[in-house]
Amino acid sequence: MALDFVQLAPEMGQFALILSLCLSAALFVLPLVGAHYGSNVLMQSGRSLATGFFIFVSFAFCCLVYSFLHDDFSVKYVASNSNSLLPYYYKISAVWGGHEGSLLLWILMLAGWTFAVAIFSRSLPLDMQARVLAVMGFVAVGFLSFILFTSNPFDRILPIPPQDGSDLNPLLQDIGLIIHPPVLYMGYVGFSVVFAFAIAALLTGRLDSAWARWSRPWATMAWGFLSVGIALGSWWAYYELGWGGWWFWDPVENASFLPWLIGTALIHSLAVTEKRSLFKSWTILLAIFTFSLSLLGTFLVRSGVLTSVHAFANDPERGVFILGFFLVVVGGSLTLFALRAPVVKGSAGFNLLSRETFLLANNILLTIIMIMVLLGTLYPLVADALSLGKISVGPPYFNLFFLPLMGLLCLLMAFGPLSNWKRTTGLQLVNLLWKPWAISLVIGLVFPLIYRDKYEILAALTVFIASWIVTALLADLFYRLRNSDSFFAGLKKLSLSYFAMVVAHAGIAATTVGVGLTSIYTEQRDIRMEVGQKVTVVEYDFILNKLTHIDGPNYTAEEALITVMKDGKFLREMKPQKRRYLASGSTMTEVALDVSLFRDLYVAMGEPLTETAWAMRVHLKPFVRWIWLGALMMGFGAVLAVADKRYRKAIKQESPAVEVPVGKLVNE
Amino acid sequence: MNKQRLFLFIPLAIFVLLGVLFWRGLSLDPNEMPSALLNKPVPAFDLPVLPAPENPQGLVSANQDMLKGKVSLLNVWATWCTTCRQEHEFLNTLKAQGILIYGINYKDNAEDAQRWLAELHNPYVFSVVDEEGRLGLNLGVFGAPETYVIDKQGVIRYKHIGDVNQNVWTKVLDPIIKELQTQ
Repeated sequence: MALDFVQLAPEMGQFALILSLCLSAALFVLPLVGAHYGSNVLMQSGRSLATGFFIFVSFAFCCLVYSFLHDDFSVKYVASNSNSLLPYYYKISAVWGGHEGSLLLWILMLAGWTFAVAIFSRSLPLDMQARVLAVMGFVAVGFLSFILFTSNPFDRILPIPPQDGSDLNPLLQDIGLIIHPPVLYMGYVGFSVVFAFAIAALLTGRLDSAWARWSRPWATMAWGFLSVGIALGSWWAYYELGWGGWWFWDPVENASFLPWLIGTALIHSLAVTEKRSLFKSWTILLAIFTFSLSLLGTFLVRSGVLTSVHAFANDPERGVFILGFFLVVVGGSLTLFALRAPVVKGSAGFNLLSRETFLLANNILLTIIMIMVLLGTLYPLVADALSLGKISVGPPYFNLFFLPLMGLLCLLMAFGPLSNWKRTTGLQLVNLLWKPWAISLVIGLVFPLIYRDKYEILAALTVFIASWIVTALLADLFYRLRNSDSFFAGLKKLSLSYFAMVVAHAGIAATTVGVGLTSIYTEQRDIRMEVGQKVTVVEYDFILNKLTHIDGPNYTAEEALITVMKDGKFLREMKPQKRRYLASGSTMTEVALDVSLFRDLYVAMGEPLTETAWAMRVHLKPFVRWIWLGALMMGFGAVLAVADKRYRKAIKQESPAVEVPVGKLVNE
Repeated sequence: MNKQRLFLFIPLAIFVLLGVLFWRGLSLDPNEMPSALLNKPVPAFDLPVLPAPENPQGLVSANQDMLKGKVSLLNVWATWCTTCRQEHEFLNTLKAQGILIYGINYKDNAEDAQRWLAELHNPYVFSVVDEEGRLGLNLGVFGAPETYVIDKQGVIRYKHIGDVNQNVWTKVLDPIIKELQTQ
């Protein structure tokens, strides 16, 4: 019998992975050697090797996708994550539904970013480019060895493969899970580029504003992906888990939030390093930390240490590998940092009241928040490791420090864009900001009065903070346009990166509104509902009309038909489901949602009580969409920032178009 | 070497220190961890009681003296605590065996807590509502769940961090309680 491609795809995939490991090892070594001895040929090999690495990893990934689409259940990973009844799009997303495949996706992203660096960094000095690519190669070697030696997705079950697969976890059979991991990983892995730039800078000792300008777009892009990725995860949890929550402070979520927090500090610190050549060592340190936290997140989520420290101890191969890699990366880069980072000379060249100070405050606050979240995430793990038992630190701990610190950060946020580099006067800030302050105070105080009968002081605070951010941005915009002939002529002169900042900051305001008002004003009823019964939530009436049985492709379901009336008038019908998946036998709650900008109606089925009655969850969630809308704005801001034309004229030094010029750039 | 360069070693030093601490922590004997309140009376409190049909008639608030008289367990729980949900079922079986369990509903929403008890059954004689976490602070609560063994005089005799399960019960808590009951 001749072997055709279907049967050989896994072997070819595995072979491609082995080749990529060889290529990435060469990518790690050759350009470094070249940079050390000044060999142009070796340095230039980096770009070709990066391209080869990307091509072979993509090929391996396609092989795995192919095995999934052709239901090759002799591949162990396919058998445990897919099923012949699964629709084709879930077969594709099932590729990253488990440990091995998501690791392969991680590596694909890494290869993609490495390839992108090879393409877009032609204008960089050759030795810098070579070193950056070599660091990317080093990370790739780590992860490719990890997948090949401990988590091979192409392992076969031979000689007797199962008849059918055990199906993809029903929680993951969803549009949210098709797009959430790739976007999130793009963010995680994207920070490896900034890390590579930082290490390359330490190696060469070239830590100038040019270095910051090269790394900035990469950091911004990775941050944008991470923002959107986290939001997608939260959105998915909201409608798929059936609890109506959108953030649980659970370790998996925190694992993605930690690099976001410190990455946010990083993109601001990079701005200072680019424009003012300050905070250099600090920026490098942040770049190292951001990527370290991405690795820590991968370790937490992928090592099994979260499900149980004891399971981790019993089967430590994977965890120990990632932990070892983590130690090498963090320990190695911190040692390099200690030996090579520039020593700060003399006094800092900025006043107490200046943009530098506000950005420093941003960095300090974000770092404190990150450390607190890290402690809350790791403490239960440490307790478990010490056999103190399983405990939860829980939302009370996180909210206790997170809300006040984040509030403070948002309050200070308004000052940053309005203040000058080097020095700014109090009078200038007062002149520009008293109106936004007063307007926001009025909006904040009035909002709870007209929104609901009961006055919520926290809602006033939330709305005040959000409008403070937005009105201060507007004040800044008008200030910049004060000398232009017309409004639009003035707008045209402003740079894209300025609009990027405006959009991203406004995104923070939107998310603040969403988080605050949803938490304060959510109305929820967990009740027993008989057919024909009515539940009233504020101005909405929910009537359970009937219960029907439905057969889906790979599940059966009970569906409730609920009529929603607003102020006595028909609004719409809602159809929540309780599904039972055939292959795994697990049940899933399919939430029915009525979405609008200012409120979501949320109906989920709990448990059947009798033939005609169910326990139901009916929620009214005001402003919940704003949480994710804000994150999308942040992502859009990142795109705008990277599209700014100054990055396209790469080498040529330009004076910053954005800022009100105060003095010239001071290089140490 | 430049003096200021030494400062740049701080991040590495912290990282190494954390690594060493973590490593040592893993090899320490957890049973040697002292509890500050061991063999001391339960800190004074006067807190509202979470309304539940199983509560003693007319009980609105409770204080530390109400824990005296019999050997009992004092269990810290909350609806946001996922481990508590796993633990809850075992607490129900303990109640069925006649063990007295008092609850501290720790930093929680009272409505959610009532719904939780109605749904999962109520193993507690009563639960006090420690919404601000004051009592938790005085007890030195790290997180939930935690369980204290209280003797007849209202003195804390043992503190267990994490969930109470069959294993913990037969190996640790049950022997302690049996011994205290004979005193």
